[in-house]
Amino acid sequence: MSVPILLDPTNESRPAQREQLTRPASVKGLTVGLLDIVKARGDVYLNRLEELFIAEGAKVLRFRKPTFTKPAPPDLRHEISIQCNVVIEALAD
Amino acid sequence: MKPQLPDGLVAIVKRECATCVMVDPLFANIAASGTPLTVYTQDDPTFPASVSAIHDKDLSVSWHYDIETVPTLLRIENGEEVERTFGWSKDAWQKFTGITDLGADLPVMRPGCGSLSVDPNLEDELRVRFTSSTLHSRHVELASAEDEFESMFTRGWTDGLPVIPPTPERVLRMLTGTTRSPQDVVAIAPPNLVELTVEKIAINAVMAGALPEYLPWIITALEAVCNDEFNMHGVLATTMPVGPVIICNGPGTKAIGMNSGVNVFGQGNRANLTIGRAVQLTIRNVGGGKPGEVDRATHGNPGKLSFCFAEDEAGSPFGTLAQERGIAPLQNAVTVFAGEGPRCVVDQAARTPEQLTNSFAACLRATHHPKSVLSFDAILVVSPDHSRVYAEAGWDREKILSELYARLNIPGTELVKGALDMAEGLPAKFADRIVPKFKPGGILLAHAGGGAGLFSSIIGGWANGAMGSTPVTRPVLS
Repeated sequence: MSVPILLDPTNESRPAQREQLTRPASVKGLTVGLLDIVKARGDVYLNRLEELFIAEGAKVLRFRKPTFTKPAPPDLRHEISIQCNVVIEALAD
Repeated sequence: MKPQLPDGLVAIVKRECATCVMVDPLFANIAASGTPLTVYTQDDPTFPASVSAIHDKDLSVSWHYDIETVPTLLRIENGEEVERTFGWSKDAWQKFTGITDLGADLPVMRPGCGSLSVDPNLEDELRVRFTSSTLHSRHVELASAEDEFESMFTRGWTDGLPVIPPTPERVLRMLTGTTRSPQDVVAIAPPNLVELTVEKIAINAVMAGALPEYLPWIITALEAVCNDEFNMHGVLATTMPVGPVIICNGPGTKAIGMNSGVNVFGQGNRANLTIGRAVQLTIRNVGGGKPGEVDRATHGNPGKLSFCFAEDEAGSPFGTLAQERGIAPLQNAVTVFAGEGPRCVVDQAARTPEQLTNSFAACLRATHHPKSVLSFDAILVVSPDHSRVYAEAGWDREKILSELYARLNIPGTELVKGALDMAEGLPAKFADRIVPKFKPGGILLAHAGGGAGLFSSIIGGWANGAMGSTPVTRPVLS
């Protein structure tokens, strides 16, 4: 019996390899983006983080996704990337 | 590549065909008349005896010129086919050749035989021979000792059940179910936002066990889920136990043998099960949406393997879901709904529409949580035994829905946090208000199920509207 040839059912793409940024030694003087995905009580967590970062000398910018059920819109992602040095995303309640 | 035929008359024949044998001597008459004649023989290179022939050994001429019957006579002018006749018809052959007494002693007509190029035993092989260049997917060659079924599990291509190996033969056969080009991009598949081609859908449809005639339904269902409105990304990623529920309407559901009756959500019907399965396999394999990765469901539900059914249109006293959603009568259509597993409503005593509606409303009230309001939609699938109660009372869709909504306006005192000794609930300010359980349009009514059983079914939804998922209805095109 001949061995069958199968057609690849996947998208045949490989994820792009991205180098992780080096972890900053200090957040002093950095701009920290806090992205609220708008799940319940995510803001409670982010409010506390904002207090802590400001106490460490960072500048904090707050962002919100329109809904937690969909990926962040490209414009929002771009805005965060040009305004912030680091970003923290609050996942869920 | 399509072979070029010489100008003049071209005949395609095979010795195995008695009609071809009968007309054999006529080819000499045609050749003698001065008309250029070229004969292609499919099987025996020494046939026909009356003139020499070219052996269409690989059946390239027969395949590319769509020869279904032998003998076929073609007229070629400037390299293009301008006319054809097939089988033996004395009148047609005489007109075609201009020889008024051609085959005068033969019967008036005799049907031809099937061309070898449409022989069911050869068709798959020929399709691969002549059309496989239309496929772009990577070839995965298995080792000789490899079990192909186990290999597909190992590669992560399955949903946990065995799949049919997607060989080029099977995928090309699947593609005969659509007029669309294999490289047409149908949608952008989440979660990896990949261009989803007809070819990739066909591969996954083969794996799911579908037949070519299901392919247009599968393509339409994927178009319906892969957009911002339905939000397949969120439906996949959510911790809630939902997946795409696919409801099919139109005469095509019967043509492809879908089930709308006994055990409609259950096992046993190939079309129902493989259409839903093909959609999920495509999202898994092409989109990259896998459980434990982007799919974060706490429990999921068995319908995430496949949840697809046809509506019982003939038996419905309240029209069809597709028509309610703007589809013309007799148009095939697919509606997709982000839903959990079905939940049975038992009412064996109601004999008036009011009593039955009270039961439905009480059960719908409990969707997801008795105190949850406005956040989730639901499908109420009414069975034939229950719909008879409405039919006898003359209640149509509008009446049933308005009576349901009227019974699902809930006093805020029952909904606020702490009420009924449950922490879940609305803020206290809603205590003096009446709040509807469902938003307008939040209850979808469908008709399906076996002819016996005073049971209906509720399929609870997921986060509704722009923040979650909205049901989508699309016409099915070939």
